[in-house]
Amino acid sequence: MEDKALSFLIAKAKEIRKLTLEAIGFLGIGHIGGALSVVDLLTLLYYRHMRIDSSDPAKRDRDKLVLSKGHAGPALYSILADLGFFPREWLLTLNRGGTSLPSHCDMNLTPGVDMTTGSLGQGLSAAVGIALGHRLDGLQGNVYVVLGDGDTNEGQTWEAAMAAGHFHLERLIAFTDYNKLQIDGETRTIMDTEDLAAKWEAFNWNVQRVNGHDFEQMDNAILEAKQVKDRPSMIILDTIKGKGAFFCEGRVGSHNMSFDLETAREAIARLGD
Amino acid sequence: MKPSRGWGIKGGQAMAGSKEKEMRIVYAETLKSLAEVDPNIVVVEADLMRSTGTLLFKEAFPERAFNVGVAEANMVGIAAGLSAAGKIPFAASFSCFASRRAYDQFFISANYARLNVKLVGSDPGITAQYNGGTHMCFEDIGLMRNIPHITIFEPSDAISLARLLRQSAYRRGCTYMRLYRRAVPPIYGEAEQFELGHGKVLREGGDITLIALGALLVPEALRAAELLQKDGISARVVDMHTVKPIDAELVLECAKKTGALVTCENHQVRNGLGSAVAEVLCENLPTLLRRVGVNDEFGEVGPLEYLQQRYGLTAANIRLQAEELLRRRDA
Repeated sequence: MEDKALSFLIAKAKEIRKLTLEAIGFLGIGHIGGALSVVDLLTLLYYRHMRIDSSDPAKRDRDKLVLSKGHAGPALYSILADLGFFPREWLLTLNRGGTSLPSHCDMNLTPGVDMTTGSLGQGLSAAVGIALGHRLDGLQGNVYVVLGDGDTNEGQTWEAAMAAGHFHLERLIAFTDYNKLQIDGETRTIMDTEDLAAKWEAFNWNVQRVNGHDFEQMDNAILEAKQVKDRPSMIILDTIKGKGAFFCEGRVGSHNMSFDLETAREAIARLGD
Repeated sequence: MKPSRGWGIKGGQAMAGSKEKEMRIVYAETLKSLAEVDPNIVVVEADLMRSTGTLLFKEAFPERAFNVGVAEANMVGIAAGLSAAGKIPFAASFSCFASRRAYDQFFISANYARLNVKLVGSDPGITAQYNGGTHMCFEDIGLMRNIPHITIFEPSDAISLARLLRQSAYRRGCTYMRLYRRAVPPIYGEAEQFELGHGKVLREGGDITLIALGALLVPEALRAAELLQKDGISARVVDMHTVKPIDAELVLECAKKTGALVTCENHQVRNGLGSAVAEVLCENLPTLLRRVGVNDEFGEVGPLEYLQQRYGLTAANIRLQAEELLRRRDA
């Protein structure tokens, strides 16, 4: 990746982290850990890879993204606001009564959100359906889907994994935001999902595993995934829950935690300019 | 009547000598004819295409028929995704799996997401017969009635199936249809027109109304009306093919006209047709009501005739309940 692009992505991801911290801090509670772990991936996808147009969200022939770990919605909202899908002021309405930005993604409330998610395990099936629909219509867009550790516990994810391999969905590119922490503790103690790569390979997916906070590694993995024929792609991202925020980084309790605006602002300040 | 065996697709006749098409064949042919003019019609199933008849659809439109294997939750999730991509997906399984097993997927990915998934539960209630209690679903309407804005219906013959199914394809939002897949005697003529949400008066009568649902109980209600007539009781019979939204206007008209009602369904009396009718009556015009259906019991295995007797889903029981109700009213 060229230096200019890399610096842009690093700066943009920092900005998105700040917007997300402020939105959740303004309310005082939210899914901060899983939002921050996936910021780098979403930044890379939305600012470098996805073919989308904020002035025409209803356009059919474009890339789509299903955020199966729907609780990371606030990270996605920061990006969509920055891209102009809706005004930035909306970000501070997160989870308020009557808001267009609910804790979990809602395709009918938030411009730019492609699928309603929140009940873990359902996103990959929906992405398979979207990819099948696109293929029937001869559309060229990629379908991206982001799973979390929790999604990987759900049996439906593996039903969908089997189907995506069976249907040879080469335009389906999935990610596992593998931050290795779930609500009750470390994934290896709650429900060990290793060998995660071997599992996806066994379902006939092209599998890569990279650092989910390294833009160049992720970029190369996505470029490779786009070239894969006849098979869906899984890119497992080793990530850190709460990445970038001093009060929650790497902490088990960060799934859905309370913190005030002052704490959020301190975290924002520590991220630097 | 002998129990049917070996659901071979070819021919589509349920019983020797019967000229009626099996309902599942009507289901598949209707989808086929819809698909001929609309490229967005697709089918998603979970290894039961042989049972639901949609192998016929698959022969005609192989690229638009997706078999996801025995994975009903995934079937409904994929249908939701297809809908998000602009398709009109018809997903079908046995009613027990379509409702109980895939409920959260249907609730969240399809209905809550305001998508357009057409879910079909075949072999409802006692028609699961030899599959027995594990496959016998008396709860699907109850589960589905809790979903906001959904349309729930159960056709009573081939004509009503073809017409209502066609209509449901272009009705906004998710629908749930119960499908009895065997051949049944015709109730309606070819020219009959239907509207989802509007029940059909099949027979006029002034003493009591029998409100029935589905291909099993509508004919039983008609037979019960014949039996009652012999006893000097004139029964109005309604085919209430749509349980949600319930035709409140028709229910109240029946209450005013006859002053007593019996609901008849192949389902739990709680949360099914009987409850829907009771809700309308209680809030608007309290009227004597009996509910014929399954009363807080699990299913069990056996031939249809045995199960009808076992759960009281017969013309004789409808007649008995109607007469008891009238005795109570006149006491």
